Amino acid sequence: MEFWTEIGLPAFALPGLLNYWVAIILMMIGFYTVMAHENLIKKVIGLNIFQAAVFVLYISMAKVDGGTAPILGDDIEVYSNPLPHVLILTAIVVGIATTALGLALIVRIRDAYGTIEEEEIRAAEQEAGT
Amino acid sequence: MNSHSVVRVVTKLLMPFIFIYALYVQFHGDFGPGGGFQAGVIFASGFVLYTLVFGLENARRVAPAWLTRTALGLGVLIFAGTGIASMIYGGLYLDYSALAHDPHHGQHLGILIVELGVGITVAAAMISLFLVFAGQDKDD
Amino acid sequence: MIFSHIPVLQVIVPLVAAPLCVIFPFRKFCWTVALAATLTSLWIALTLLITVYAHGPITYELGGWAAPWGIGYRIDILSAYMTVLVSLISSVILVFSPRSIGAEISNARAHLFYTLYLLNLTGLLGIAVTGDAFNLFVFLEISSLSSYALIAMGQDRRALTAAFQYLIMGTIGATFYIIAVGLMYAMTGTLNIADLAQRLPEVMETRTILVALAFLIVGIGLKIALFPFHGWLPNAYTYAPSVVSAFLAATATKVAVYILLRILFSVFGPDAVAAMPIAQPLMILALFAMTIGSAVAIFQDDAKRLLAYSSIAQIGYIILGISFLSVTGLTGGILHLFNHALMKSALFLSLGAVFYRIGSVQISDMAGLGRRMPWTMAAFVVGGMSLVGTPLTVGFISKWYLIRAALESGWWPIAVLVLASSLLAMIYIWRVVEIAYFRGHPEAGADIKEAPLSMLVPIWFLTGANIYFGINTGDTITAARAAATMLLGGPQ
Repeated sequence: MEFWTEIGLPAFALPGLLNYWVAIILMMIGFYTVMAHENLIKKVIGLNIFQAAVFVLYISMAKVDGGTAPILGDDIEVYSNPLPHVLILTAIVVGIATTALGLALIVRIRDAYGTIEEEEIRAAEQEAGT
Repeated sequence: MNSHSVVRVVTKLLMPFIFIYALYVQFHGDFGPGGGFQAGVIFASGFVLYTLVFGLENARRVAPAWLTRTALGLGVLIFAGTGIASMIYGGLYLDYSALAHDPHHGQHLGILIVELGVGITVAAAMISLFLVFAGQDKDD
Repeated sequence: MIFSHIPVLQVIVPLVAAPLCVIFPFRKFCWTVALAATLTSLWIALTLLITVYAHGPITYELGGWAAPWGIGYRIDILSAYMTVLVSLISSVILVFSPRSIGAEISNARAHLFYTLYLLNLTGLLGIAVTGDAFNLFVFLEISSLSSYALIAMGQDRRALTAAFQYLIMGTIGATFYIIAVGLMYAMTGTLNIADLAQRLPEVMETRTILVALAFLIVGIGLKIALFPFHGWLPNAYTYAPSVVSAFLAATATKVAVYILLRILFSVFGPDAVAAMPIAQPLMILALFAMTIGSAVAIFQDDAKRLLAYSSIAQIGYIILGISFLSVTGLTGGILHLFNHALMKSALFLSLGAVFYRIGSVQISDMAGLGRRMPWTMAAFVVGGMSLVGTPLTVGFISKWYLIRAALESGWWPIAVLVLASSLLAMIYIWRVVEIAYFRGHPEAGADIKEAPLSMLVPIWFLTGANIYFGINTGDTITAARAAATMLLGGPQ
C-alpha cells in the first residue's frame, strides 16, 4: 500500500468496477473461444474461461468495503459476505464435473474418429454417409 | 521414472505429509478454513503424485477400480444417510441438532460426518478421473 | 412422521438409490433398485399432489434453517404436477428398459445407465420441488451432466459428438442462468424464490435486472430447445439409446419449461412480465418453432430424428400457450406439457421396440411392419394421431385450448397457424404409417416377431393414457387450470 502512495497514487487506486470489467472481458474471451474454435479441447478451455468469469463476478459481489475474509476471529467486526463464496465453491465443483465429462467425451471421440478437429469429424461423417 | 532415485525418495517422504495434511484440512474444517472438498482434492493429489512417479500399474494395485467405485458411492451414502438419520431422530433433513442430546454436539457430529462423506466422494472421484484419463480405461 | 418429510424424500429416494447401483454393479439388482426408487417417487409425488390440492403449498426447510437463509423446498400445485409427470414417465420407461438396454448397452455399462438415470431423475425432481434459485441451478446441472453421459451411451459414434455439442450448449445455458441469479442476488440480497418475488418490484426498473432477465430467457431457452437454440436437440435424440431418447424427450425439456414458468411468473410476476417486452418475442419464436420444426420433420429419413424435429415444434406449442399470458393460454401450455410427454414417450418407446426387433429406425426399413408388429405399430399410430391432434386423444385437448386462447386474444392468424402445423404433423406421421402398412415385403422380414410383452405393456400403458386423458379430460384440465390461475395470481 505504501508503494502506491510513494509513486503518487492514493491507496486502492484501482477503479471500483475493475473486477466487473475483468469478468466481462473473461466472459467474452471464453465465449469467443467456445464459438470460434474448431478444436474440441480448445472449446472446453473456452468454456472454463467463461465459467471463471462468473466466479469472478460472484466473488466481486461478495466484497464488503473494509471487510476481511469471512473466518471467525476476535476483534474483527466487518466480514465479507460468505454466501457467494459458498455458491462459487459449488459452481467450481460443477465446472470440474463438466470439464471432466467433456474431456472424457473428447477421448472417446478421438478413439472413434481419430481426430478432435470439428471440421475433420464432419468430413469423416460425410464420407461415411455417402 | 524408475531410474530417478531422488524423485522416488522425495515422493516417499512427501506422501505421508500430504495425506496427514489432507486429514488435518478434513477434520479441522469445523474450526477453521477447510472441509471435505479441499481435503478430498489434497488427498487425491498425493495419490496423483504416487501415480506419476511409480506408474499406473502400481497405482491400480493400490486403488483398483472396484475400490474407487465403492468409495464414490459410499461417500454419497454417508452424506445422504446422515440426513436420513437426523430425520429418524426427529429433526428435519440434515438437521444435525437432532443427532445428539445437546444440539451443539449434534451440529459438530453432523458436520463432521457429512464432510467425511464429501471428502471420500471427492477423493475417490478425483483419483478415478485421473486413473481413467491416464490409463484411458474403457470403463469410464 | 414420515409424512412431514415427503417433500425432501422426493429427492432423497433416487439420490440414495443411485450410489447403490455404483457399489453393486449387477444388472438385475440395479434395475430392481431403480424401479423401486422410481415407484416410490411416483407414490410420493401423487401424495404431494393430493396434499397440495387439499391444503395448499407445502414448505420444507433443509437442516432446520429457516427459508431466506437456508434452502427451502416449496411445493405448490405446479411443482406437484411436474413431480407426478416426471416420476410417472420415468417409472413406465424403466419397466420397458431391461430388454432394450440389454440390446443397446453393453453388459459392463448397464449399471452405469441405471445410476445416471437415477441421478437424472434426482435432478429433475429437485428442480421441481426446490424453492431456492441457486439450488435449482445445482439440480439443473445434476440432471444435465447425467443426460450428457446418457446420450453418449448410444451405439453410433455420432452419439459422442451429439453429447459433446449438448454439453457445450447446455453448460452455456446453465452458466447464463447463474449469471442472472448472481445479478438478481446483487440487487436483492436473496436467493429464495418467494423472497425474490417480494423484493424484485423495487428494483425492477434497473438495468441490472433487465440484463438478468435477458440472460435467464436465453439460458433457459437453450435448455428448452426453443427455436433458434434447438441445434443440440435433433442429434441428441437421434443417437441416444432408445430409452434415453424417450426419457429426455418426455421429461428434460418439460422441466426446463417449468423453470421458465417459475422464473417468469413466480419470481418476476405476471404484471412485470406483461409490462416488459417478453411475451411477443416468445410468441414469434414459438410460431417459428411450430412451423419450421414440423416442416423439417417431413423430410427426415430417420424416424427418431423425425420425432426430434416434431419435439421442437411441440415445444413451440407449449411456449405459444405461455406467451398469451392468459389463463386459457397458460392452461393450454401446461396441459400440452403433460400431454406431449405422454405422446412422445409412447412414440419413442414404440420406436425402441422396433429397434429391438429390426435393429434400425430408418423409415425405409420399416416396410411391412404394420403386419409384423401390429401392436407396436398400432401404438405408434395412436401416438401419432395424438401428435396431430385427432379428437379423443390428448393432443386434441391441448390444441383446443391453444386455439381458444388465440381466438380469445383476437389473434385468429395464430389459430390458423396452429391448424396448419397440425396438418404438417399429419404428413410426417403418414409417411411412417404409409411405409409400415402399405408397402410390405412379406418374404423379406418373415422372421420379425411382435415385440415382447415387457415392452408392449409399458407402450400400451402410455398409449392408453393418451386415449384415457383425451376422453376423461376432467382431472388434467382442473390441475392445469389451477396451476395457471396460481401463476397468474401473482407472486406468492
